[in-house]
Amino acid sequence: MWVFDRDLWIEIFHTLGKNMFRTFLTMLGVIFAMVILVLLLGSANGMSNGFNKIFAGTASNSLFVWGQQTSMPYKGFERGRRIRYKIEDADILKKQIPEIEVLAPRIELASHRGTVTVYRNGQTSGSSVYGDYPEIDNITKKKLVEGRFLNQTDMDQSKKVCVIGEETYKLLFDKGENAIGEDIRINGVYFSVVGIYKPNNNINIDGENAVFIPFATFQKAFNSGDLMGWMAIAVKENTPVPVVENQIKDILKAKYDIHPDDERAIGSFDMSEIFNNITAFTTVLQGFSFFIGIFTLLAGVIAISNILLITVKERTKEIGVRRALGATPKIVKRQIVVEAIVLTTFAGLVGFAISVGILSIMDSMWGSGDDFPFVKPMISVPQFLVSFILMVGLSVLIGLIPANRAVRVRPIEALREE
Amino acid sequence: MIEIKDLHKSYKMGSNSLHVLKGINFKVEEGELVAIMGSSGSGKSTLLNILGMLDGADTGEYTLDGVPIKDLSETKAAQYRNKFLGFIFQSFNLINYKSALENVALPLYYQKVPRKERQEKAMQYLDRVGLKPWASHHPSELSGGQKQRVAIARAMAAEPKVLLADEPTGALDSKTSYEVMDLIQKINDEGNTILVVTHEEDIAHMCKRIVHLKDGVIVEDKKIEQVRAGQYV
Repeated sequence: MWVFDRDLWIEIFHTLGKNMFRTFLTMLGVIFAMVILVLLLGSANGMSNGFNKIFAGTASNSLFVWGQQTSMPYKGFERGRRIRYKIEDADILKKQIPEIEVLAPRIELASHRGTVTVYRNGQTSGSSVYGDYPEIDNITKKKLVEGRFLNQTDMDQSKKVCVIGEETYKLLFDKGENAIGEDIRINGVYFSVVGIYKPNNNINIDGENAVFIPFATFQKAFNSGDLMGWMAIAVKENTPVPVVENQIKDILKAKYDIHPDDERAIGSFDMSEIFNNITAFTTVLQGFSFFIGIFTLLAGVIAISNILLITVKERTKEIGVRRALGATPKIVKRQIVVEAIVLTTFAGLVGFAISVGILSIMDSMWGSGDDFPFVKPMISVPQFLVSFILMVGLSVLIGLIPANRAVRVRPIEALREE
Repeated sequence: MIEIKDLHKSYKMGSNSLHVLKGINFKVEEGELVAIMGSSGSGKSTLLNILGMLDGADTGEYTLDGVPIKDLSETKAAQYRNKFLGFIFQSFNLINYKSALENVALPLYYQKVPRKERQEKAMQYLDRVGLKPWASHHPSELSGGQKQRVAIARAMAAEPKVLLADEPTGALDSKTSYEVMDLIQKINDEGNTILVVTHEEDIAHMCKRIVHLKDGVIVEDKKIEQVRAGQYV
């Protein structure tokens, strides 16, 4: 194996070391190319991670369904009829669509996006008030600053407890004041605070100024009967959300006598669509980075090939002597190709080290992902391996050009050259 | 050792064809020291190149140590050169970034001789040309005569059947030339076959046989009384 041929390496380092400055200049191209490739890939990864962080806590395969007004007359009903779901719909849907993993019904006090005045010791806040099932936490995870989220016991015993948003806390309580266990009043009913959640700086469907109470408590306290405002639904993995979305709509349309073509009666929002879009975006970004990086790398490797061509020209006589002394074309070729590989690999590693350093600095400066989606910019091991193998592969192919040039000259012509 | 029959060689110069060798017949026995003489353009260098497998003949037969040399691939030619031939050039052709020792060891490297053995052997041959103390010096630190002695050591290192010297003294002053010829004579005394291409009468007369080339044919082939170079050194 030539890899273990000590003399080959001595030969190669001899030739490369003979002209340090030129060797270094040659490598610059590849160093820069590698830096660009790794920086681009790392940044794309950083953005991808950043988006993932934003969506952390929101089940990606989820959708939300609520009622709106019909836009078509059907079965004797006029258009403009308001659709209000019943709590029994939740069970019907769960039973009929096995792909549903979690279904959390919700009811909202006052109108959609409306607010209710919440009182506490003379302080007030205009907050959204939701009656929720504890399962909602599996779909949109709340980041709790203090206390806990609603649980099944709250639900079973219809406890008058609530979880409030940080914004609500600020409006109702003084700074630093303990809120856990304190009472707040909504529509004349008192609720004890059990938890405070923090906006997690990302997709926030519920807003930051909101009060969550158990669904069962809501029904009793505000006499909502068997009404249900909307549903948050998580579908099982590997099931396309739109399929389930259509099934749900079909069932609901049949139940509430909605025209099958009425697009407006049932409102829905497919969370996975956003995820897919963003995944597609980051994938394209990564692909693009790779594309640019590889071509820059190609340019760098071509520069090496160019310099080797010049070197071969300069060394024509030496190569002639070597061949007169018994160097076969294969040996001559091998030496030049290995020179190309050594130059490229070394330059690539230097570039890699530099860019990893830069990425670490970028990470420590902006990597927290608070201001924009940019978290842990770094290239993955497979990405590194692929670029490295590509780079070495390119250097072999490109190294063959000067190598063939070197053996094309006949030894006699090489020797004649003065 | 060397047998050539009816060797022809012509070069294409644009539309013209230049007939350089017009039927050479010639034989060299083992242990001979032959001078090939002729003015420039006589074809002597071409003959040497063909003998050295650096160039191929158009027609004719060439047998080296019983092996027919014909239609060689570059790889085969390189192997044969390494095995059969040692080259000494007018301009020494040492590799200037390698030390004297490394230069001498180079043919052995191509013979895949292990490193240690190679170094020892190279040192041995350097010693024979009297340059052992200069082993670690680079060609730029050596005089012309020393360089040619390193080149001779290199040519001998692979223990070839035949040494081919192309104007070995062409770049040297007469005193150094005689030193180099003295060395070549001594090597020949040990039984090595040597061919020397030269256009200098005095150098030619230090060989044992002179072959005169003119316009691509051998005009004279005679054994001579060897002039020992040692007396001038």
